[in-house]
Amino acid sequence: METLNEWAFVGVFFAIAWVFPALPIIGAWLVRPKKPNALKKQTYESGVETVGDTWVQFRVQYYIYGLVFLIFDVEMIFLFPWAVAYERLDWFAYGAGFLFIFLLTDALIYAWRKRALEWV
Amino acid sequence: MTSCVDFINTLSPCLVRAGWNADLANLLSLLLGVVIVATVPLLTVILLIWIERKFAARIQDRIGPNRVGPYGLLQSLADALKMLTKEDITPSGADRILFNLAPIITFATVVLIWAIVPFTPLHIGADLSIGILYFVAVGSIGAVKVMIGGWSSNNKYALLGAFRTIALIVSYEVPMILALLVPVLMAGSMGMQDLTRAQGGMWFIVMSPLAAIIFFVANLAETGRSPFDLLEAESELIAGYNIEYSGFKFGMFMAGEFMHVFTVAVLTAVLFLGGWWGPFVDQVPALGFIWLGLKTAVVYLFMLLIRNTVPRFRIDQVMNINWKFMVPLSIVLILLQSFLLRLIDALGLRPAPELANDLLANLPQTLVLLAGNLVLGAIFMHLLQRHGRTLREADEALAVVKGEAAPAGGMAEA
Repeated sequence: METLNEWAFVGVFFAIAWVFPALPIIGAWLVRPKKPNALKKQTYESGVETVGDTWVQFRVQYYIYGLVFLIFDVEMIFLFPWAVAYERLDWFAYGAGFLFIFLLTDALIYAWRKRALEWV
Repeated sequence: MTSCVDFINTLSPCLVRAGWNADLANLLSLLLGVVIVATVPLLTVILLIWIERKFAARIQDRIGPNRVGPYGLLQSLADALKMLTKEDITPSGADRILFNLAPIITFATVVLIWAIVPFTPLHIGADLSIGILYFVAVGSIGAVKVMIGGWSSNNKYALLGAFRTIALIVSYEVPMILALLVPVLMAGSMGMQDLTRAQGGMWFIVMSPLAAIIFFVANLAETGRSPFDLLEAESELIAGYNIEYSGFKFGMFMAGEFMHVFTVAVLTAVLFLGGWWGPFVDQVPALGFIWLGLKTAVVYLFMLLIRNTVPRFRIDQVMNINWKFMVPLSIVLILLQSFLLRLIDALGLRPAPELANDLLANLPQTLVLLAGNLVLGAIFMHLLQRHGRTLREADEALAVVKGEAAPAGGMAEA
């Protein structure tokens, strides 16, 4: 019951946390002057008119970083249970954790050798 | 729990005894807790902005805000009032819903982290058994807010800035999470109260200084402050992902950033500086709030010092520092730390459970861990130095080939 209550706290917190930043923005919406015109609403690019569409394809480099991050992030979550239960583990489970980290390192070395970590 | 003195924790039983419905009383005490936990960072951020501006001003040989109120203390309120009256421009091609959502997410996610900050031994928003995972999960929304803000603005510079910032935030999450594994290893729990309690004998910053440094630096990058302030690049990207924002929405981004820095300071204090531990905290738990505040203040001022004195990195340097230095270091650190903990157990150096909070009993294992950390740090610094020298010599050789004089002072990039 007690732990359930903790989660209820997080639930209520999630529901209420949005109110704090939303209130001043709504308040500003009520108070602030509203005189938009076409020139004012132009995209700001240092006074130069925008050329072409904004939402286009960008460099693949960001995608590669995203992939490398994804590999690490997902794999690292599996290490947390290992770390929590660490004191109760026998040597076999301990070695399994080592092996897992070794595979993680392997992925890093592979990405490094493939020059995926170079900012070009 | 018969008395109603500590009313935050015992409000619900007290109300039930006064004849309230149990569910209603529970909900009311939850609401009160939420409001209190959320108000702490909200009130401090007003003061923090003033502290930050004064601090930066002193470093830059200025006076800083000194007109509004005594010592300029009310400057933040004046700024907020001004922002309320500013016209708010939404660019014509923007995605309106996402454009308005981004600043709200920015602020809300930082507030949400405070649910798991243990203020005293008794007072914590929610002592989740997976506190660390909660922090990582909520903190990761930070990348989403940048993407939403940059994408919905319909501005190429904003989009470019968002891409770059996300590449940075996402990369530095890897060593941060790896560094978080070290306290979890030593405490054997992911709950924030358990992690704090485990530091009764010795702070984790002494037992694993490398983990503390990695966590601190990675979080510094996550907040997007100098030397990692690539999301505020006036000369390259006009500003960053928040170019098109004005009025209070821009203010929300700024307030969220200030609060994020403070939140990082609190978490560093909790995870590595012993949290609420301090003299007499056993007798008077409320003192923990003061000890935690003091430790947080030290970390926070240190962050301000770094922000105002260290020059910024280039984007490729930032990525290299992360992927080629901090990630390998943190992986090796975890292997070393887990091995040393096994070794300590095998040698019988771990203090008995009843002596866990005793400084002397903790000393042997602390020394072993500290020595291991220092040796590992020395090895990595030596490798870094050698790499820097190689780069420098290559530079000089190139200069000789070109017939130029070697650059004075060296231009090492590492």
